[in-house]
Amino acid sequence: MSAVMITRKVRKWEKLPGKNTFCCDGRVMMARQKGVFYLTMFLIVGTCSLFFAFECPYLAVHLSPAIPVFAIILFLFVMAMLLRTSFSDPGVLPRALPEEANFIEMEIEAANGNVPAGQRPPPRIRNVQINNQIVKLKYCYTCKIFRPPRASHCSICDNCVDRFDHHCPWVGNCVGKRNYRYFYLFTLTLSLLTIYIFAFDIVHVVMRSVDKGFLNTLKETPGTVLEVLVCFFTLWSVVGLTGFHTYLISLNQTTNEDIKGSWSGKNRVQNPYSHKNIIKNCCEVLCGPTYPSVLDRRGLMQEDSPVSAGSEPPFSFNNSVPQTTKTTAPLIPNEHTPDDVKPSIAASAEKKPSPKERSSAPKEKSPTPKEKSPTPKEDHSPVPKVPPLASPETDVETSITKTH
Amino acid sequence: MVKIKYKCKIIYEKHNKKSANLTTPLCVLAPPPLFTLLKRFQRMQGFFPTSTDGNMATEFHNLQELRHSASLANKVFIQRDYSEGTTCKFQTKFPSELESRIERTLFEDTVKTLNNFYAEAEKIGGQSYLEGCLACVTAYLIFLCMETRYEKVLKKIAKYIQEQNEKIYAPRGLLITDPIERGMRVIEISIYEDRGSSSSSSGSSSVSGSTAR
Repeated sequence: MSAVMITRKVRKWEKLPGKNTFCCDGRVMMARQKGVFYLTMFLIVGTCSLFFAFECPYLAVHLSPAIPVFAIILFLFVMAMLLRTSFSDPGVLPRALPEEANFIEMEIEAANGNVPAGQRPPPRIRNVQINNQIVKLKYCYTCKIFRPPRASHCSICDNCVDRFDHHCPWVGNCVGKRNYRYFYLFTLTLSLLTIYIFAFDIVHVVMRSVDKGFLNTLKETPGTVLEVLVCFFTLWSVVGLTGFHTYLISLNQTTNEDIKGSWSGKNRVQNPYSHKNIIKNCCEVLCGPTYPSVLDRRGLMQEDSPVSAGSEPPFSFNNSVPQTTKTTAPLIPNEHTPDDVKPSIAASAEKKPSPKERSSAPKEKSPTPKEKSPTPKEDHSPVPKVPPLASPETDVETSITKTH
Repeated sequence: MVKIKYKCKIIYEKHNKKSANLTTPLCVLAPPPLFTLLKRFQRMQGFFPTSTDGNMATEFHNLQELRHSASLANKVFIQRDYSEGTTCKFQTKFPSELESRIERTLFEDTVKTLNNFYAEAEKIGGQSYLEGCLACVTAYLIFLCMETRYEKVLKKIAKYIQEQNEKIYAPRGLLITDPIERGMRVIEISIYEDRGSSSSSSGSSSVSGSTAR
């Protein structure tokens, strides 16, 4: 009781787990690696500036002034969609608070019954029926929830994302339920812009060469060469991507499902989310409701921080805001566990597998004997009496296949 | 960790501006302070109510005080119902922990009304198409000035939950948390016991829940 606590108000985004970066006091949310995103911005802005500098004056005079105007509109739209995709919350599902995690654990234990010591508990899967199709909901060990259908855990951002499509390094963010339509519009308008610039570059070069010769034209407008090069390579990739996503939208599938072959048709599984009508599918994905963000990034919360180190170690299990995984520390220690809680975990849990619950490659398949009777807890530890948690290494299914 | 019992009268007065009997269970608190306490507690949902450390924020004091009159015994989580796809819908199955606390019909009414609200928000029809197309044409800048339909419905939901808490759930020692604060995954219902009827002062909710039984 000797520690002096100072409470201060912090925004919730400062305490969110996961590997995101936040800017503008929580208004902007991106992945950590932003290098490729800057490259994307540079390529788009650079190519368009060259177009406006070299081609547009000539074309506006010799063809029509509408050409640069339309180019500007397209460029602004592309930038708006790119920034909207990159900066918005893709549909991150917040991690379960400790009470909810415990509740789920209790349910799982009740469902599993008594697993003999030495045997692995069954994989954590919940079956739900959606439109006469059995869909398996997997348990996420990091977020401690059963993932809703179509949600997936992004290992780069370390978040479960609803209707997870893929993590796009070009936009520097995950693409999920909330920003999929902006991503699609970005690829679509970028394709249009690329085709537009490419076409008018050719027109410009042809028109000028007729007057002055091909080599002189290139000398006068050296930017054209660069633009044509960039547009040529962009065309193949972006137009292809747009076509692919148009195909996915018409079937109401995500990239993630397509890659995994979830609804490929073998074993008579069909996509239960599809309306079996292309127009309806497109309308749902592109014109559906705009889902709100369930991550309250800019909400305020109290944070207790100790000023002086006091005689007893501050028990961060209670001190730190339970919104982060730090307070779920007693369940399984991982890299988020603050160091001062780790000794208490070691004390309360006798034998546990390696704390790396997010390891994708299974290390050893040695069955760790799991004690199903609740381990006796000391008085000082408010850890609830739950049986030791299973982890991916002890689960049958996740040991065989890679997690996430 | 030694639990510290506070002298709550002074703190309680400070928050409610009138003296109150500390043993008054939650259900007979007058509406304005109850509303304040409900609001504070709802904001505090994310915190451990059993935090026991030294100098705490005023709101911890308030929560401690709340526990003197009515202590958090257990929490029940109503899960999502995915039978109709990924639209937001909650199961109407009546949890056994609430059997002695509230009538089944009242509970089912609440969940069904919430489901209807969410269905209205996520409805794909003429209005959502219009909103989507208009927003697309303006490069989604229109959302800087306009509120989306979903946000409007969420406000209605928040108001409805608050009203249900005040009228039906708080008098029965229960408290519903808005699903949006839990990522729209669960409806969290906190169960309170009157002070003295459970030893819920130690450990967290699930332990106390089991010992309270």
